[in-house]
Order: sequence, then C-alpha cells, then structure tokens
Amino acid sequence: MRVLSPTSLLQACAMMATGNAAAPTPIAGGTDLLVHWPGNLPAHDRTYLDLSPLAELRGIRWTDTHLELGALSTYWDTIRDPEIARYFPLLISAARTVGAIQIQSRGTWAGNIVNASPAADGVPALMALDATVVIVSQHTPGMSESSSESRGYASATQSSTPSLHRQELPLSDFYLNYKQMRKRPDQLIEKIRIPRRATRLHIFEKVGARRAQAITKVGVAITHFEESGWRIVANSVAPTVRRCRAVESMLENKQPITSPRDLTAALSQDISPIDDIRSTAHYRQRVLARILYFALRGQAPSVS
Amino acid sequence: MSPDPNSPDPQIDVALTLNGRKVAVSIDASERLLDTLRYRLGLTGSKEGCGEGECGACTVYMDGLPVCACLVPTFQCNGRDVKTIESIDPAILGPMLECGATQCGACTPGVVMTACWVKGHPEVLKTHTMRELMAGNLCRCTGYDGIIDGMHRMCGTPPEQPSTNTGNAP
Repeated sequence: MRVLSPTSLLQACAMMATGNAAAPTPIAGGTDLLVHWPGNLPAHDRTYLDLSPLAELRGIRWTDTHLELGALSTYWDTIRDPEIARYFPLLISAARTVGAIQIQSRGTWAGNIVNASPAADGVPALMALDATVVIVSQHTPGMSESSSESRGYASATQSSTPSLHRQELPLSDFYLNYKQMRKRPDQLIEKIRIPRRATRLHIFEKVGARRAQAITKVGVAITHFEESGWRIVANSVAPTVRRCRAVESMLENKQPITSPRDLTAALSQDISPIDDIRSTAHYRQRVLARILYFALRGQAPSVS
Repeated sequence: MSPDPNSPDPQIDVALTLNGRKVAVSIDASERLLDTLRYRLGLTGSKEGCGEGECGACTVYMDGLPVCACLVPTFQCNGRDVKTIESIDPAILGPMLECGATQCGACTPGVVMTACWVKGHPEVLKTHTMRELMAGNLCRCTGYDGIIDGMHRMCGTPPEQPSTNTGNAP
C-alpha cells in the first residue's frame, strides 16, 4: 500500500493522470474506505491519493446564486453551519441521519457521491436540490474538449503549462448504473454547487433498522420549488439513487392520489428494488409508497 | 509518478500532536490511527470494538472533533491534533459513575470521550439531544439510561423525564 500526498489540486490531478495504468484511489474522510481495512488488506492494497491536506478543496462558500461545498466539506461542517440550517434545512436533515457524530465529523458529501452507493443518504438531498458537481482533471493542451462527456460547461485555460480542466454536471445525470458514474477515474470532485432557490416544501425520510448508525432500507428526499416544481429522489430502491420522474409527473399533472396504492404504477416505472441483507423488494416498494403518500398528503394539492 | 511495484512499500513519517505533546512516528501506509495508538505508542485506552465505525469504542478527538480511530488512516494525522482517553482527567467522571454509566467497561473509553466533548461544547445541546450525540457509542450493558443521566449530571443539564424513555433509542 502506498500513499501519494499532493500539495496542490494541480499536483493531485497530475498524479491522477496515470494514462492506461490504474489511477490512485482518492481518499478524503476514509469512512467508507477504511471499513475492516486490516482484516482485508489484499483488497485494500493499492495506491491512495490523500486529498485531506488540499486547502483548495476545503470550505463552504456562498455566491449570489449558489451554495458551494468544497469536496472536503464534511457532514458536520454543514450541521454546525447556521446559514445552511436556515437556507438548506434538507441538507441538515440528511446529514444528521448519516452514522453518528464520529462519522459525520469525517465523512464528506463528495465522498458520499463518488462512493456511489444506492443507499447514500447525502445524495438524495443534494439531487432534490438540483445540485451539480464540478469535476476536475489535468488539462492536456491540444486534447479535444468534445471527447469529454460534458453535459454542462467545460472550460480550460489555454496554455502550454499544465492546468485544470473543469466540468460541471447535474447530479441527477451523474449515475449511469450500479457504481457507474459519468466520471473518469482520473477526475476528482472539486466542489458541489447548490442553486439558492427557496423551496416551498422539503422533506427527508429515512427508514433504517434504527435512527442512527443504520444503512437505509428505503429513503426519500422531496422538494417543491415555486418555479420548477417537484423533485422526488429515492435511495436504496434501485441500482443508483433514483429520481422518481413518473411520480413527479403525477404531482405536476395534479393526478388525484388518495392512497399509497395510487403511487404503485408510477413507482414501478421509477424504481427496481431488490431483496438483500437489509430488506426485501416488496417491503421497499410498499414502504416507499406509504412514506411518499403520508409525506405529501396535505402538502401537495392533488394528494388527499 | 507511479511507484516501482517491486520495491517494498515505504514507511511514512507522521508528526502529530498527541495529548498535547509532539510525537513523530514512522508508520506503514496501512496503519489505522487506532493501531498506531495501541501498538506503536502504547496508548491502549482506546478500544477496538467493531473496526467499522459503528460502535464508537475507539472514539478519539481529531482537531477537536470526535472520530473513530479505526476509520482514520494514520498517514492523514500529519500535522493534526489528536487527543485520546488518556488525556481525560478522571476527576470529572464522578457524575457518570454516580449514575451507573459503566458496567463491563468495553465501551466506556469511547462513551467518556463523547460525553466530555459534549461537556466542552454545550452549544450542541441547542440542536441535539444527548441521545443523538451518544448514538455513535454502542453499549450492551447499561441500557443507556445511566449514560444519558450521567451526561446530563456532568453537563449540568436537566435529566430526561422517565416518561421520555420509550425504548425507542436513537
């Protein structure tokens, strides 16, 4: 096992750009990577790139239009921030369901994104707030920008010296399949951007074996924006955290919903839960319908 | 940039502040802070329970926040401030003992670290209950009520009413 310790983001991206060789594994809070580390050393024996000293990835910033979480922002950084509690209480609700304070103080929002677990608790809240991720890599002069899979903007400083290439992607388009992301192994998350818009409604629900220290059996984040409508994002019910667009359409079209059963058809388009050690597909489907119904009843005009 | 796969893995030099003293160690990359504390530095107060960040028996402070030492790679401790159970003055634990906050003792070092952190950061009690703050420390003996009562007595906050003990612990 080896560790690379870059002193700048530019150097980190250069170390990640290994060509055809396997890129190092970036490590920030380590709360996913270190589980049973000594008990399973062969699986963990690789080259790590330590992100933790990189000042460029630290900090929470407010711009006129966005809240920006640097990639090293932990759950506790947000929980203790009164401005975030005031403007983005959904983030706090989600952060407080992750592990307990010992995990919240180390685990990062960006790590939750790239660990790409379908049970990630931070991701549904971010996705329901229309968050985007800014990913960076080493810019190779002369490389065609069109070869990248940019959905947002791509920018790079034109120069012969090494520089950073940035891409901004909507989180709701970031996952392709189980543990598959729209991100090359050499790309790092630099920050997460969340548009500053007032939500008319924000709800976060998590069902686990207990309230703390439990991995989600089924969960959902719900938001409603005046201008842009509903976001329903569920976790632990599909190979990735999943936006439930059929349910969102029902709400936008004001289709009457008078029982959890009325959501079954739409949910069967949106989710594909499985049986595993934590729950069953049947339980997940039924409980998600019930959580949604009881959370929306009285909040959405068409749900009664 | 990529290392020669045939050469042995290099040791890593780490300089940290441990319980107020500067300490320099040369460690393996795979070493967790818990291993370094217990086996390299002889500080065996921090216990290994689960090794996966669930039980909190290895709770230490890193730059002033409670963390699981089993989930911290020691290479990330360079330049950081670490405090362990060995830094705690036993004199402040009277209220915990009076309330029966310990039985077998396996969880106690971690419980005490979290309790002392809450005592030092009373502002968190404006947003969090004792039970939520203690949710990362598992205890299989006490049923938690003694721990929660002891924390309230230690922090000078009113105890939970018995009626709040619904068995629905966080």
